[in-house]
Amino acid sequence: MALNLKLTEKQPLTLTNRLKLTLVFVLFTLLSANSFAHTDSISHESSHEKTTTDTSAAQDHNDHTEATHEDHKPKFDAGEMIIHHISDAHEIHFFTLNEGKENEKHASIYLPVIIKNESGFHVFNASHFYHNKKDITVNGKHMHYYEHDGFIMFEEKIYEAGDTHPVFFDSEGKITNASVLDLSPTKSVVGMFITILLLVLLFGSAARKYKSNPNKAPSGLQGFLEPLVLFLRDEVIIPAMGPKHATRFMPFLLTTFFFIWFANILGMIPFIGGFNIMGTLGVTIVLATIVFIKTTLNGKAYYWTHIFWPHGVPLPIKFILVPIEIISIFMKPLVLMIRLTANMTAGHIIFMALTALIFIFGQQSAVAGYSIGIGSAAFMVFMYFIELLVAFLQAYVFTLLAASYFGSALEEPHH
Amino acid sequence: MEFLAIFLQTVVSEGTGLAALGAGVAAVGAGIGVGRIGGSALESIARQPESSGEIRANMIVAAALVEGVALFAIIICLLVVLK
Repeated sequence: MALNLKLTEKQPLTLTNRLKLTLVFVLFTLLSANSFAHTDSISHESSHEKTTTDTSAAQDHNDHTEATHEDHKPKFDAGEMIIHHISDAHEIHFFTLNEGKENEKHASIYLPVIIKNESGFHVFNASHFYHNKKDITVNGKHMHYYEHDGFIMFEEKIYEAGDTHPVFFDSEGKITNASVLDLSPTKSVVGMFITILLLVLLFGSAARKYKSNPNKAPSGLQGFLEPLVLFLRDEVIIPAMGPKHATRFMPFLLTTFFFIWFANILGMIPFIGGFNIMGTLGVTIVLATIVFIKTTLNGKAYYWTHIFWPHGVPLPIKFILVPIEIISIFMKPLVLMIRLTANMTAGHIIFMALTALIFIFGQQSAVAGYSIGIGSAAFMVFMYFIELLVAFLQAYVFTLLAASYFGSALEEPHH
Repeated sequence: MEFLAIFLQTVVSEGTGLAALGAGVAAVGAGIGVGRIGGSALESIARQPESSGEIRANMIVAAALVEGVALFAIIICLLVVLK
């Protein structure tokens, strides 16, 4: 298949040409991503900081006994593993070779870190963090943090390193370093860009087909997208806000639906780094805020009088109803956000917990691990089917409720 | 009385036990809610089998909304355990 993409003459963007361009782009991305994926070893000989706070002074003798266990692989911590896999990170971590041994190698794509504090912007590769791991014991608990160039990263949050000691913990074990403004593109941001690229490619090619030949019967990709779009328009959007306003809000609602759906599906693909895009509150709060802004800006007079001075309601009940309605202006988008985040995170926690079960049993004996593994894997396959449904359902419910909120803002008084 | 004082003090200062209880109660709430939705959906399908498709769609939507509230409680319990 010759890549016949002469740039001198105007080439019509046929489907085959677009496919070739896409293939070139994907190959280029994969190759360049490979060059960014470092397989370096974590240096365990970096200083094991034995900083203890005042409250754990009594446990000094514990540290001495614990020092002899430094070389063994730490006991498997299911909670930490689960939290680590559902949180956002500054790397896309694929796998670890020789975990716990001396020549531990991580295969990840390290994302850039962009920080702003009083002294301006700092940009560097996150590999500087991840290759500079420091251990610390706080209140008897072993934790680790990463340090580079006057900043520390603890539990994937970046803080400024202290002057005397890098990390400061208060008596309850909470970190008290000064925080910085973290603007880095994290794993969820990369995931969002992948979703955007997928949306643009799919819908762009389908739209081009419709534009070039409007009266042709749908075929190929159109056959997949057209029933979905029509279903959303006819069963969700038009019943919510009537045919008059539907065309105005359809772009946003359709984009929201497919963005959430594809992002959820992307999060369920294994072995590509474990994205949890809709499980990060930062993403869903933006979607919910946009829904809130659109309802507020498009609210008609009937919508506002319905909230602040409802018609046909006795006065004492008005005093109860109006505060509830005012709170619900803010609660409705908030619950949208929490519903989406919680459902996606809960699904990922279920998968991680089933996986952690294998490792917990495997610590006792290898046979127990393997036998649990068979049952766990079977149950995980079953849960995957449910989570596929949940991925679609949460996108559908978000779009349905957003359409219903827009519809109630645009409602005409019916009398 | 002693025991009650010690128990309450432990539970309130380190809330993980109560949080686990809260998660269990949230699961009971979700179970009751979705159970009622499923029950009435099945009754309506029994009354009018030809509208089973519509009823199924509405049942799934209502179940998602009820689950949202239960998961809100789960998130709070998770935050208590982890912070």
